[in-house]
Amino acid sequence: MTVLDFEKPIRELERKIDELKELASGEGVDFDEEIRKLERKARRLQVEIFSDLSPWQIVQLARHAERPYVLDYVQFLFTDFAELHGDRRFAEDPALIGGFARFDGEPVLVLGHQKGRNTKENLLRNFGMPRPEGYRKATRLARLAARFGRPVLTFIDTSGAYPGIGSEERGQAQAIAECLETMAGLPVPVIATVIGEGGSGGALAIGVGNRILMLQYAYYSVISPEGCSSILFREPTRAPRAAEALKLTAGDLRGFGVVDEVVLESPGGAHRDPARTAENLGRALRQHLAQLRALSPDELVEDRYRRFRGMGVFEQVE
Amino acid sequence: MEGLWTKCEVCEEILHRPDLEQAQNVCPRCQHHLPLAARARLTAVLDRDSFEEMDGALGPLDPLTFSDSKRYRDRTRGLRKALGMPDAFVAGTGRLDGHPVAAGAFEFEFMGGSMGSVVGEKVTRLIEKALEKDAALVLFSASGGARMQEGVYSLMQMAKTSAALARFRRGRRPYVSVLCHPTTGGVAASFAWLGDVILAEPHALIGFAGPRVIEQTIRQKLPDGFQRSEFLLEHGMIDAIVPRAQLRDKIAQIVGLLGP
Repeated sequence: MTVLDFEKPIRELERKIDELKELASGEGVDFDEEIRKLERKARRLQVEIFSDLSPWQIVQLARHAERPYVLDYVQFLFTDFAELHGDRRFAEDPALIGGFARFDGEPVLVLGHQKGRNTKENLLRNFGMPRPEGYRKATRLARLAARFGRPVLTFIDTSGAYPGIGSEERGQAQAIAECLETMAGLPVPVIATVIGEGGSGGALAIGVGNRILMLQYAYYSVISPEGCSSILFREPTRAPRAAEALKLTAGDLRGFGVVDEVVLESPGGAHRDPARTAENLGRALRQHLAQLRALSPDELVEDRYRRFRGMGVFEQVE
Repeated sequence: MEGLWTKCEVCEEILHRPDLEQAQNVCPRCQHHLPLAARARLTAVLDRDSFEEMDGALGPLDPLTFSDSKRYRDRTRGLRKALGMPDAFVAGTGRLDGHPVAAGAFEFEFMGGSMGSVVGEKVTRLIEKALEKDAALVLFSASGGARMQEGVYSLMQMAKTSAALARFRRGRRPYVSVLCHPTTGGVAASFAWLGDVILAEPHALIGFAGPRVIEQTIRQKLPDGFQRSEFLLEHGMIDAIVPRAQLRDKIAQIVGLLGP
């Protein structure tokens, strides 16, 4: 089990509670009141710690090894999932998954970055860092969704597109750019949700939605805090400061108007209760999708254009 | 005297500045393409006196109140004074061999040609103008990518410009994208690589990730010529490499062949 530094006091209390429970059942002694007291204390402590998280702590939660990934949400929220593979040009990229499924019984396209739970899985998933083939698969499936009138629900969770020799040889930038343009023109509802890491262009590639949602402890940034720290402060160790400077939390992005809704996670973060977090996410998706279904194909494209056309701040100088 | 002479950064030949400018900053000895300022680029390509600048007074704000070794606000103000432009992109309309064009170019000297809200907005307005005026679109990119100092606003410019291009394709005029040294990151991964025709200057560094990031990731030295124009042509990622002196004619030819 992975426990973050600031989670430790809470876990410590919970361990004590478990010990007491075991002791109580073993010896037949009544510790109920003690246990209830400790449980209240643990809950209070968690509320206290989580009400005052730094941006860097939020980044760590977004990267938590036990955080639910897109395929977990597929389990919770969709039925009849048919995963489809390959870009029809070079390879299959398991770092970006896609397929059709039913949401409340209605067919939709699901796209998302997928990380691995362990070393073996991460070798397969490349730590959720797609190569060009991942983006070309996403583009291919998005066009299929457009043709068959299926809404597109994307789940963003990547530290970034993979920077490697093969990626460059096969046009990583071109693949991302094409994905952006394709998504902009889809005549179907598109909802993008940042569920974990929203790392730069590799995240945005599947982020051109009519609505952009973000989980409470996800982050979305133009560059990783480590990358920003390396460039600006000449060392990667000042990532916590960079995380602060980049204004990358869900609250920041809601404030900028980049994100339409912040979806609450279970207390203590999505990994503490994935089912409950998925329920919240499902509710938000349902509500936004219902609104978007009322729009015609042309209106959907126009709505998405307006959504992004308005992004940016500038002034007229003398 | 000092201002009159400069040295080629590749062959180290001492060059007479006026001659160099005459040659559009291409070294007459080794043909190395030195950086070329945005306005000089547009003047060299467009028909004489046809350029009318758009949005020249659009300047950056500081939505993150960002500060590293310097406050972002001070940095952009200083550059505005030094370079005589408020941000890293010059845009406008003009004619190319008689064809109506909307053209823009990056000023790499301005924070590495990085794309924040102003660059993204100007590129987007230019694309919209091209569609509205039924003009061809010509963009010269030279950029390190998205501008960190404007955070997620910069990232969103990738989506904004790409969405504008999706609409531009409804028209019948072509978009010629010219990739100059260097074109990487968020600019490469959005409008720069979305040209109907993509040209590159010789030996320009073009790619998604910067070479340093790749080396740190894979922990090995990159091969010679990696991510250069010649490498990209070989891998099928661009249409042609065109020396600067021939760019005007080549773009005019393509616009003529594709335009209505």
